[in-house]
Amino acid sequence: MTLTQSDATATRPSADDREVVLDVRGVCVEYGTDEGQVQAVDGASFTLRRGERLALVGESGCGKTTLAMALMRLTRPPGQVTDGQVLLDGTDLLQLDAQEMRATRLAGIALVQQGAMNSLNPVLRVQDQMIDALQDHGIQGSKEELRERVGDLLERVGLRREVARMYPHELSGGMKQRVGIATATSLDPRVIVADEPTSALDVVVQRQVMVTLGRLQQGLEAAVILVGHDMGLVAQFADTVGVMYAGKLVEVGPVEQIFEEPLHPYTRLLIESLPNLREKRERLEGIPGLPPPLINLPPGCVFYPRCPAVMDHCTRIAPVFEEARSGRHVACHLYQETGARS
Amino acid sequence: MTTGNAGLELRRVTKEFGGGYFNKDVTVAVDDISLSISSDQPGITAIAGESGSGKTTLARLLMGIVAPTSGEVLYNGKNVSKMSRSERSEYRREIQPIFQDPFEVYNPFYKIDHIFTTPVSKFKLASSKAEGRKLIEGALESVGLRPDETLGRFPHQLSGGQRQRAMVARALMLKPRIILADEPVSMVDASIRATILDSIRQLNRELGIAVVYITHDLTTAYQVAENIIILYRGSVAESGSVEQVIKDPKHPYTQLLVESIPQPDPKRRWDEYNIGSVAEARQTQGCKFADRCPAVMDECWSEVPELYIPGETRAASCFLYRETPVLTDRDLAATFASSPQAAGNGQGP
Repeated sequence: MTLTQSDATATRPSADDREVVLDVRGVCVEYGTDEGQVQAVDGASFTLRRGERLALVGESGCGKTTLAMALMRLTRPPGQVTDGQVLLDGTDLLQLDAQEMRATRLAGIALVQQGAMNSLNPVLRVQDQMIDALQDHGIQGSKEELRERVGDLLERVGLRREVARMYPHELSGGMKQRVGIATATSLDPRVIVADEPTSALDVVVQRQVMVTLGRLQQGLEAAVILVGHDMGLVAQFADTVGVMYAGKLVEVGPVEQIFEEPLHPYTRLLIESLPNLREKRERLEGIPGLPPPLINLPPGCVFYPRCPAVMDHCTRIAPVFEEARSGRHVACHLYQETGARS
Repeated sequence: MTTGNAGLELRRVTKEFGGGYFNKDVTVAVDDISLSISSDQPGITAIAGESGSGKTTLARLLMGIVAPTSGEVLYNGKNVSKMSRSERSEYRREIQPIFQDPFEVYNPFYKIDHIFTTPVSKFKLASSKAEGRKLIEGALESVGLRPDETLGRFPHQLSGGQRQRAMVARALMLKPRIILADEPVSMVDASIRATILDSIRQLNRELGIAVVYITHDLTTAYQVAENIIILYRGSVAESGSVEQVIKDPKHPYTQLLVESIPQPDPKRRWDEYNIGSVAEARQTQGCKFADRCPAVMDECWSEVPELYIPGETRAASCFLYRETPVLTDRDLAATFASSPQAAGNGQGP
C-alpha cells in the first residue's frame, strides 16, 4: 500500500480556520477481476472544511466516482475499500455497521446522483418518494406535516410546491435534478457529494441547477464534493480542486491557483486542452496518449508515459503526494528534491 | 440561393411529428428553415441548440433519413425525395454522417474492419482486396490511427476516442463532399475532444470537405466553425459568423446561452441568476422565446419576428432589430462569413 501518500494529511489552507468536517485518509479501493486486482483508487487523502466546495476532476476511469462512492460507503462488489479512513466529524464511516451507516447517509453525508431522472420511481408522485426518504431516516410526523416539509424542501431548490403532486414524467430534466437535490439535502447534511449532477442537462439549465445547489449549500454551510470532468463547471463552482489520474490524487489546491499556475504537468495539459471562447486556436490539441490500465501498474509515476516533463527517475520512483508550497499539494518529482520550484 | 449550386439545400423546410389519429399534439421539430451548405466553397457550419431545439432533426433532414412535412431538400439542385437510384447512391456516398456515440454505431460482434469493408464493397470503391486494404489503411492514417493497432480488433478493445476517429476515417474513405457530424465529441473526454475536433477541421482545410457540425456546445462550435446557426425550439434564433454571434450575440436567447457557458476561469464566475424563471408555460403564438425572454415586448406574444439583419454577417429573429433589413430570401447562408477556401474563389456574401 502506498503509505507515502496516506501520510500526507493533505489540503489544509493555513489561513482557513473553519472546522474540518471530512477527513479522508489514504483511501484505497480495489476491484477484483479475472486478470488481477485493479487499484481503482490508490491512497486518496484530503480534508474538507465546513462550507468548502471541492471538485474532483479527471478523465473517465480515473477513479473520481469510485472515490466518491467509497466516501458514501456505496462501493459494490467486486469493488472493495481495502484501506483508509473516512472521518466525518471524527467518526470513521468505514467502521460503522450497516445500520449506523444508513442513519448517517442523508443526515451526515448525502449523495446527489448523476442523471437524477433515472433515480426517481416513475409510478410514484414526487412527494411520496420524498416522504419515503424522510420516514426511512426516522422523521416522524403526520401526513400533513410531512407534506408541508416536502413543500418547503422543494421551495428551497426553486421549485413550486405543486411539484410535490407531480409524477416524474411531468418534470423536465432540470426539475428532476432539483428534486434530487431537495431529497439529498432534506436532512441538512454536513457533506453533499454531487456526482456529475448536471451531465445530462443543457447549459442554461445546468447553470440554474448549479446556482441552486450553491445557494442551498451556503445556506446549510454544508461542504460539497463535486465530481466532474467539465473544467468550466469546476472553475465556476469550486473553491478547491483535486485532480485525479489513474486512481491517484495528483494535485490538490485552491481553484484560482490551479487554473493560474497548475503545478502537475497533467493538470497543466488538462487546462491547456480546454477550448475557450476568448481566442480561436489555430490547432486544437488534446493530451497525447491514454491513461494506463490500472492492472499491474508499473513502478514510478503513473503519468510518466504521457508526461512532457518526464525525467529519468520518474520511470522508477513514484512521487510522494506532499505540500509543494503553502496550500498546494502535488505528486510530482518536479517539486520534490528542492521542496518548491521557486 | 440559386439552383444548380453544388451542395445541400433546405428550402423552407418544416418537419412535424405526431398529429396522427391517436396523438393530436403536433410537435414542430423544424419550423420553416432555409439553408444551403455549399460543397464548392466548403466551410464549417455549426448548428447549435439545446435538447429539443430540432438540431438532430435538421441533420436527419439533410441526410435524407427523414422527409420534410413541407418544403424541399435538394442536393446539387435535385430534390432528394425524387432521385433515381444512382443519384441517390451518389448522394448517400457524398454526404457522410459522424454520429454522437462512438460505441452504438458499431456492431459488437464484428471487428472494426467491418465498418470499412462494407462501404468499400457497397460503393465499389476498390477493384481488388489489396486495393481496398490500402484505401482503408490510408484513411486510418489520415486521422492519426495506426492500421495495425486498429484493424482486426473488436470495438470494445478500442478507446472512445479511437472509435470516434475510426468513424471519421470511414467517412473520409468515401471521399464525401459534405460531412454531417452530430455531436461527435459529446461522449468523449475533454482531452480527446480536441484531437477529434482537430481532425474534423483538417478534413475541411486539407481535403476541402464541407462540414456541418451539430452541437449543444458553443465553445467547441466557436473553435471549429466559421459560421453558426442557433436554433430554439425548431426555429432559427440567430445566424451568422461565429465571431459575431458568439462574441457579440444579438438575440436574447443567444445571450443567455453564451452567458451560461461555464468558462474555465475562476475569476469570471456566473453572476446571480433568477432561478425562479424556469420555462414551463409554452405559448404557441408569437416568438417562441417570449416566455423566457428578459427583453419581451407586447408584440412578441402575438407576432412571429422575421429574420432581421442587424449586421453584415448575421441575422437575428427578434423584434429588437425590427428597424434593420429583413433577410428576404431567408437562406441563412446569406448571413455567413466566407470560409478561407471560399474567399479564394472571390465570392464573399
